Amino acid sequence: MTAPLLEVRDLSVSFGAVQVVDGLSYVIERGQSLGLVGESGCGKSVSSLALLGLLPPRGCRVEGSIRLEGRELVGLPAPQWMPIRGGRIAMVFQDPMTALNPLLTVERHLREVLAIHQGLEGELARKEATRWLDRVGIPDPAARLSTYPHELSGGMRQRVLIAMALAGKPDLLVADEPTTALDVTIQAQILDLLSDLRRELGMSMLFITHDLGVVERVADRVAVLYAGRKVEEGEVSEVLRAPLHPYTDGLVGSVPGFRPRSGRLRSIPGQVPSPAAWPGGCRFHPRCPHSQEDCTRIVPTESSGSRKVACHHALEAQR
Amino acid sequence: MNGTTGTFSRLRSAFASSPLAKTALVVLGGLYLAAVLAGWLAPYGMDDESRGHSWAPPSSWHWVDGRPSIHPVSYTFDENARRVYVEDSSRAVPVRLFVNGRLFGLDSLEAAATSEGGASARLYLLGADARGRDLLSRLLYGSRVSLSIGIVGVSISTLIALVVGGLAGFFGGWVDRLLMRLCEVFMLIPAFYLLMLLRATLPLDWDSRVVYLSIVLILSFIGWAGLARVIRGLVQSLRSADYIVAARALGVPPLVILRRHALPQTFGFLAIQATLSIPGYVVAESGLSLLGLGIQDPQTSWGNLLQEAMSIAEIRLHPWSLIPGLFLFAAVLSYNLAGDALRDALDPRSDR
Repeated sequence: MTAPLLEVRDLSVSFGAVQVVDGLSYVIERGQSLGLVGESGCGKSVSSLALLGLLPPRGCRVEGSIRLEGRELVGLPAPQWMPIRGGRIAMVFQDPMTALNPLLTVERHLREVLAIHQGLEGELARKEATRWLDRVGIPDPAARLSTYPHELSGGMRQRVLIAMALAGKPDLLVADEPTTALDVTIQAQILDLLSDLRRELGMSMLFITHDLGVVERVADRVAVLYAGRKVEEGEVSEVLRAPLHPYTDGLVGSVPGFRPRSGRLRSIPGQVPSPAAWPGGCRFHPRCPHSQEDCTRIVPTESSGSRKVACHHALEAQR
Repeated sequence: MNGTTGTFSRLRSAFASSPLAKTALVVLGGLYLAAVLAGWLAPYGMDDESRGHSWAPPSSWHWVDGRPSIHPVSYTFDENARRVYVEDSSRAVPVRLFVNGRLFGLDSLEAAATSEGGASARLYLLGADARGRDLLSRLLYGSRVSLSIGIVGVSISTLIALVVGGLAGFFGGWVDRLLMRLCEVFMLIPAFYLLMLLRATLPLDWDSRVVYLSIVLILSFIGWAGLARVIRGLVQSLRSADYIVAARALGVPPLVILRRHALPQTFGFLAIQATLSIPGYVVAESGLSLLGLGIQDPQTSWGNLLQEAMSIAEIRLHPWSLIPGLFLFAAVLSYNLAGDALRDALDPRSDR
């Protein structure tokens, strides 16, 4: 049996004494798309930066294992990261308004990636850059090459960023809330574009978002994070239809459209605790409607199988 | 410094809206043009001496035969043993345009004829120095040194500052600490003493071009430390900018990121900083030359020319030797005014 494309095992990230990600594990198979869902501050962006070795070396400790096709990435020396970043794993960032260098043209941006990962220069690189712009749905790509980021709209910039990420022909695309900063109408276009390109290129994707509606659209599987830990994982359709963890249930109930006849939208009382003061036992228990005495003491272990949940009183029985 | 939107038009409007800045720009343009064309504008060569005209005052103009002309002069000594120049009004030598391959001057044949009494004609628009050399000509040739030294010096120190500050800010850690302590050592020593110290380590009898180069290098050695610290700060704040992180995530090597993505963001600041620090170099060169540590006679620079005006007695006898100071003043003031306008145009933080 060959190793999965990406296997993250017991990944923990801490800044000083504060542990932001605690024992996160997930697997992404070739061609698969995993959605990583959670509220702000639950550690989803930090865990994705760890995938690229982009966390600051000082003051930040990464433990556990990240394996790309069986090759350990945690603790990899800096020079060996270079071909992986952009070449094996590429990333699309949240805010297209700031992720492009304001002083460089679209062409310079694309050619930088093409030169590093494809060794393309000159006219060939220009052609390839044009092709990628066309591929991500930018009209009149040849003319767009010479434009500067400020001349483009947010959606166009995000397309340029996607083209840059794909130009290195990565096996895994990490998309960190790529649509959060965009208009709703543009969001849908970008999501469809990402899904289409992923299928065409046979790429895997790690899609990070706080929006369940987005996950439904782009992901095969979904992992739900709460306060640095994974609380639930499974096929998107199952998780959204029948959540097992009270937190996931709360999330699904707070989004319009998933439960047509439930009447009022619910909200989860309270706020995500800060990483410096995470409650003991199950970290969700202060906000959980089903919390019982054991939740405050014992850290729930994750169930095995392809549908995973970490809860002492999973909702399955009540359904 | 965000984007390139209309940088040029902002520049233009900043200069257009300020008559002072416009004047400064014109003055600077004129000075540099004069420096470039010195060989043609100056009526005499840099070291063209005439012993018979030691400290000759500025020539007085006469209108003879419908032409501007000057009379030959010769000197006698008065009771205080001071030179007194008398004109020989029997002869007039016309000032001609385009003679001797220069813009204007006296025809060498017409000027060469000596009248009885030993008076000969020399055109001194701004007077002469002790060896009878034309001050205007020496000023023009000297402006080549004085005006270029600032630009060359600033370029070199900016380059050093970019490398040192960029590396320190981008990589942080021990690289940062080491380089910044180095900067502090340089900033610790008062600039002028450091200048003199460095100059003292070099031999005095070098070829003038080597001296010029060594002065430029010494000057840029003083200026880089403060600039490097600011660039370090700018780069450090850029390190977490999204497009820098994005470039890292795409596998762009660190030095390429530094060169292509981080340092160019500081250029707007550098343009302002350079303009505002050029006068410092001009003044420092003058200071060195004034003390006899810089450009040596027969080579000329503004500071070197000012050496003649070091004592009140000298100034009283031949006040025109102060004129190089006026040029220095005009250049420094213009640079400062232009730099202010540049900052208004390029720096979004300065409100107008």
